[in-house]
Amino acid sequence: MPGLEDLYKEIILDHYKNPRNRGELESPPAHKTEGFNPLCGDEVTVTFELRDDSLAELRIAGQGCSISQASASMMSAAVQGKSISEVRDLSREFKSMMSIHEESIDPKELDSASTATFQLGDLEALKGVVKFPVRIKCATLSWNTLLTGLDELEA
Amino acid sequence: MNLPSDLKEQFPLLSQVINDHQIVYLDSAASSQKPDSVIEAMNDYYRTINANVHRGAYEIAAQATEAMETSRGQIATFIGANSASEIVFTKNATESFNLVARSWGGQNLSEGDTVLITDMEHHANIVPWQILGAERGFEIRWIPLTSDGLLDLTQLDQLLDGVKMVSVTAMSNVLGTLNPVREIADRAHEAGALVTVDASQYVPHLPTDVNDLGADLMCFTGHKMCGPTGIGVLWGREEILDSMPPFLGGGEMILDVRKDGFTPNELPHKFEAGTPPIAEIIGLGAAVSFLESLGMTAIRQHEIRLTEYALNALDDRYGDELTIHGPKDASQRGGVLSIQYRDVHPHDLSQVLDQRGICIRAGHHCAKPLMRELGVGATARASLYLYNDESDIDALVDSLEPAGEMFAL
Repeated sequence: MPGLEDLYKEIILDHYKNPRNRGELESPPAHKTEGFNPLCGDEVTVTFELRDDSLAELRIAGQGCSISQASASMMSAAVQGKSISEVRDLSREFKSMMSIHEESIDPKELDSASTATFQLGDLEALKGVVKFPVRIKCATLSWNTLLTGLDELEA
Repeated sequence: MNLPSDLKEQFPLLSQVINDHQIVYLDSAASSQKPDSVIEAMNDYYRTINANVHRGAYEIAAQATEAMETSRGQIATFIGANSASEIVFTKNATESFNLVARSWGGQNLSEGDTVLITDMEHHANIVPWQILGAERGFEIRWIPLTSDGLLDLTQLDQLLDGVKMVSVTAMSNVLGTLNPVREIADRAHEAGALVTVDASQYVPHLPTDVNDLGADLMCFTGHKMCGPTGIGVLWGREEILDSMPPFLGGGEMILDVRKDGFTPNELPHKFEAGTPPIAEIIGLGAAVSFLESLGMTAIRQHEIRLTEYALNALDDRYGDELTIHGPKDASQRGGVLSIQYRDVHPHDLSQVLDQRGICIRAGHHCAKPLMRELGVGATARASLYLYNDESDIDALVDSLEPAGEMFAL
């Protein structure tokens, strides 16, 4: 049986209690996307600005449990300043880690320019969430919301 | 008139060990546990008389039909219906509401009409009206709440103006509030409206008489009253059900089918298309027998005592650190306790409790308009039933503090 310590690592509680990049950018010019987890009522609002194909600035607002809020905070720290293709690679890697089936990601799918520098870093702390399948959606909510926002801009 | 103290022993699930702790089940508002007698009744059906109903001329088909119709009669008596033909079997309360909206609403609601519901409704009593409303363009009006989580009826006469249907919950699945259904029904009838009651949280917990409630139609579900999932009930006054067109079409609901049309069956079969969930209907009949053997008045008294115990224990231990949504007086509410403890998110609270084998619900409880009124995204809800006792409450009370230490901001 997985214990609470597998889920609630210290760094997760730190991001929960001291969220990074909290707030909203003025929209427009920033792009704004809202995400909902209909099962639990968690809500996240991601606002970001692109400059030269990079995520120049990003802010997180919304409400939710420690996992959804910490994951959003960790994501904001991880993606800020990255190129769009790096952000997409990172999100693929993160969602692969969040998969119960533990699919490993095919390196060929990753953008060749970004593979060298690319790593999950602090985000690895969320790995324990897969042992609690009902919480996976909490951890992926902010990522899916950001990806929706990027898709909207590219559409 | 106390309940037997060894009731838990009749519920096999309640002796399960979860996460090294004997289970503490506090989520009966979502779904109740099932006694041996219900499980056995369904097993017996499959082992001895499994056959399709209302057609085969052979012995077991006749027995299956009789068992199913016996259940229908028991349920009719249990809620004070005038006859068994007023009991329509559905999949759940949600389907019952969809039947009412689509059939009665489809026949009676168009632009310029109004349906009156309340701020504390479950999505099952909101969305079916919204779906039809989007097609027909009628208005949906809402009875607001007081700060105590009661319905605010001060403007009821104005709200009722021009209303054709009032659809109201008898007991909130989030706040536990018991609503004055009879008063609302009387005033709705004076204003020329019909009344549909959501009794999903009421029938399992209180003595129910549809005539005392003043209802015209009533929806509830089997799995919250010790019965199986997959079986719900729509009760309606016979003349109203008679006036309503069929909902789902197919076998069983017809008297005749020709190339140029069909003739619907008599009540209640008019609304029961296809092979019904026979085992579940028989299981629900067994659940009604079980509840009657304990006595609904005794069940209600037990829950009032336990709710009072819980309200006092939580207040004594946590005082201002803890908020319980809804009425403070146990006689005005059911055993549904939506808790906000310090600033611990409901999800995190329920996760910590799960490690101790305690099952509570975290989320919006299918009542998002109410969550918005309360100004919260979710609540942690502990809900009681006949098999709970003081030890379950003690386990809950003891487990909040460790969760607070972990998550307090």
